[in-house]
Amino acid sequence: MSKPTRIFSLVAIAAGGIALIWWFGPRGPAPVQPAAVVQQYTQIGHAIFSDSLASARALQSAVQKFIQSPSQKTQAQARKAWLAARVPYLQSEVFRFSNPPVDEWEGQLNAWPLDEGLIDYVAPSYVYEQGNSAGQANIIANPVLQVGSRQVDSTEITPALLADLNEIGGSEANVASGYHAIEFLLWGQDLNGTSPGAGERPVSDYYTDERCTDGDKPAPAKHCKRRAQYLSAASQLLVDDLEYMVGVWAPDIADNYRAQFTNELPEDEALRRILFGMGSLALGELAGERMKVALIAHSTEDEHDCFSDNTHNSQYYDALGIANVYHGEYQRIDGSVVSGPGIDTLVAQADEQAAANVNSALNNALAKLNEIVQSAKNGEHFDQMIAPGNTAGNQKVQAAIDALVVVAQEIETASKLIGIDKLQPDAAGHNF
Amino acid sequence: MSPCKGIIWGCVLALCLCLTACNRGNQHAENPVLSGGATTVFDVSENAFSLPATNIPITHRDRFFVGNAFFKQPWIIAPASTDARDGLGPLYNTNTCQGCHIKDGRGHAPAGEGNAGHANSVSLLIRLSVPPGETDKTALDKFGAIAHPVYGGQLQDQAIPGVQPEGRVQVRYTPQPITLADGKVVTLRKPEFSISEWAYGEPDDTLMISPRVAPPMIGLGLLEAIPEVALRAAADPDDANGDGISGRVNTVWDFAAEHTAVGRFGWKAGQPSVRQQTAAAFAGDMGLTTERFPNDDCRPEQKTCLQAVSGGQPEVSNAILDEVVFYAEHIGVPARRNADNAQVKQGESLFKSAGCSSCHTPKFTTGENSHSPYLAKQTIYPYTDLLLHDMGEALADHRPEFSASGREWRTPPLWGIGLTKTVSADASFLHDGRARTILEAILWHGGEASAAREQVVNMSREEREALLEFLRSL
Repeated sequence: MSKPTRIFSLVAIAAGGIALIWWFGPRGPAPVQPAAVVQQYTQIGHAIFSDSLASARALQSAVQKFIQSPSQKTQAQARKAWLAARVPYLQSEVFRFSNPPVDEWEGQLNAWPLDEGLIDYVAPSYVYEQGNSAGQANIIANPVLQVGSRQVDSTEITPALLADLNEIGGSEANVASGYHAIEFLLWGQDLNGTSPGAGERPVSDYYTDERCTDGDKPAPAKHCKRRAQYLSAASQLLVDDLEYMVGVWAPDIADNYRAQFTNELPEDEALRRILFGMGSLALGELAGERMKVALIAHSTEDEHDCFSDNTHNSQYYDALGIANVYHGEYQRIDGSVVSGPGIDTLVAQADEQAAANVNSALNNALAKLNEIVQSAKNGEHFDQMIAPGNTAGNQKVQAAIDALVVVAQEIETASKLIGIDKLQPDAAGHNF
Repeated sequence: MSPCKGIIWGCVLALCLCLTACNRGNQHAENPVLSGGATTVFDVSENAFSLPATNIPITHRDRFFVGNAFFKQPWIIAPASTDARDGLGPLYNTNTCQGCHIKDGRGHAPAGEGNAGHANSVSLLIRLSVPPGETDKTALDKFGAIAHPVYGGQLQDQAIPGVQPEGRVQVRYTPQPITLADGKVVTLRKPEFSISEWAYGEPDDTLMISPRVAPPMIGLGLLEAIPEVALRAAADPDDANGDGISGRVNTVWDFAAEHTAVGRFGWKAGQPSVRQQTAAAFAGDMGLTTERFPNDDCRPEQKTCLQAVSGGQPEVSNAILDEVVFYAEHIGVPARRNADNAQVKQGESLFKSAGCSSCHTPKFTTGENSHSPYLAKQTIYPYTDLLLHDMGEALADHRPEFSASGREWRTPPLWGIGLTKTVSADASFLHDGRARTILEAILWHGGEASAAREQVVNMSREEREALLEFLRSL
């Protein structure tokens, strides 16, 4: 241990001691009650979905400018708005998994991976799920879609049509709406594999006259018109969906999920849902499906924000969302901070050390994920880091996965200390 | 309500409360609503067959989701930069597991020539074999049937560029109306499968074919964990009890144990374990090699197949196979809905009195020594005995597999059957997907199930609806 660290440790121990004396002292404040933590969780939920909505509206406005006057500049601004919209949305993902209104809703916004041939033209190398009868439906080129035995009139591409087309023909790869559909329409397929570069959709894909293209091929103007209509409808649906979710968490609605969550759910069950969401995102979703799969398959098709090469951020902000909920604190997109009692307070009241362990596990995971972010900023993106033979890149990704495994373990340990013995829902207590 | 009745109900209620309270803490409590014991999931959406067993702690769920990703995402042609996901083909049926096990549920039969729409044939495949010769004993013991010398054990109707698909599956349906006792007419469709466009020469007429639709994926690890002794106890090969129902264990080859074992998986129970079934599906359905089955299904006559680039040795690493097997073993079983409804209760009694439950055994308890702690010691309600039964001429494929005859099929589980169409609207029932509804499937039953079928035919409309309502509650 280096000298400054040792001094720091001594100071920390002394401070801890003082804190303990203060804590157990006669005039200590009343301990924080679970109800306050549950309340704060819903505050964060409301703030984060409100920010997601505001940034989706900004995206919608940038998209409108882009399709009204398509240029390199307006395309770049729309892409920038999409990247900005991802920041709060990804931090909201910790609210999935155990809050039914969020889990049932999120597919329409963030489903992934997708068979992009459903939406638009694709390169000859395109691979899709063969049982998927809509894997090559190409909505943009076809005003009438034949999917298995079903015929769909897609003359007008509306938000309602896109919602209806999700999972058409029974395949999860049929994602017609949401962030990733918009991402594909802004960036196009990333055909660089594990080499540098993201999708390179040309601006001319949105020229609604004789200059219209499908990538590097000339195309009838109606393709570009329908593509613009598609992008506009997808942006509108995103805004509509987020408006709904803000209502789910709004404090001033008497009968919404937030009211049920804070007033009707037993506190144990509310805490269980909060912790289950944190652990599920850390391990199953982020470390597992989004990172480990891509790493062991060395597969860019398994990369989350694959068209835009934004995967590093999507991973980092997912994890930041877990930390937000743990600490009861969220920094909004305007820089202000929503702050109150978090899970950390409850855990610390039961066992200071356990609370510190979760904290350091989260910090370590964020640090490891930040290394992936820094690597991307320096020109080596996630899709290059997972390439076979890129030992250093592979190791960085593996280190982040390992750190997230520890986060989930520490959350499980800490949960037991605050009386939640089992994080998974209890089958025996369930009724239909 | 009279005061007396009130008191009785009060006592019943108190007893119920007491039983509930006494059961609390006993995690192996029996509850017929929990079809999959503690693995049971509570989802009635199209995702009902895709959820992790409820009792897996969050710290062990990553394997489920990693396996799920390999189950869903397409495998691609070698060589590719995505090198752990390449090696598809050269000959194959489809490029994803999910392509056949649609949303982890059932596949479906093709719509057939001349029919409206065109449900594709992706989620159905055709097994092939020829009668065994005198020197085929070893192959017969290990594979249960003798593969066709040119086309192998399965028709692969897809191929990578440069290789010809083996043939094309066709089906023609003949309507077959049946009048039930109450006057209702149900029109079954009798399928006739044929294969055209044989690419490597027309096989002679000793070829046996057996169409198979992909089965649902729920609860497979639990079925694997039912103790062998329980299955053998239920077997009655010579119908010693004279109830008209035999029930035979299929004795198959376990490649890992290098020994015979009880067959549990596949329409004729030809596979002993989820792992072997998964490796066989990788090889046969997608042309992907594993350590267990290291060769693509290419025969000497299929030269372009033999020359195609491999995606590695093996193409599916043990690490990936492990995760896919974990996934396949740990998909939770949906809970029953409306189990206490009076009509459902009536249907449940009819299910028993008609004799359905003689083969569709409601309850088992899994063993203590399952290799997964989440699957051990669970009281489950699969509605299968996993045994082979003679199902009559109309369903016969005349293609034996290990000890299963050409008329025998394994009783398929019924858990989750009520959510079949929610998960995949096109899904169809029975081995070749000929039945479009549960009632059609019942009416196809023959052989040992003839008596039970007759009972259903003779039911009043009200009774039949109750029976179906019960099945829909599973």
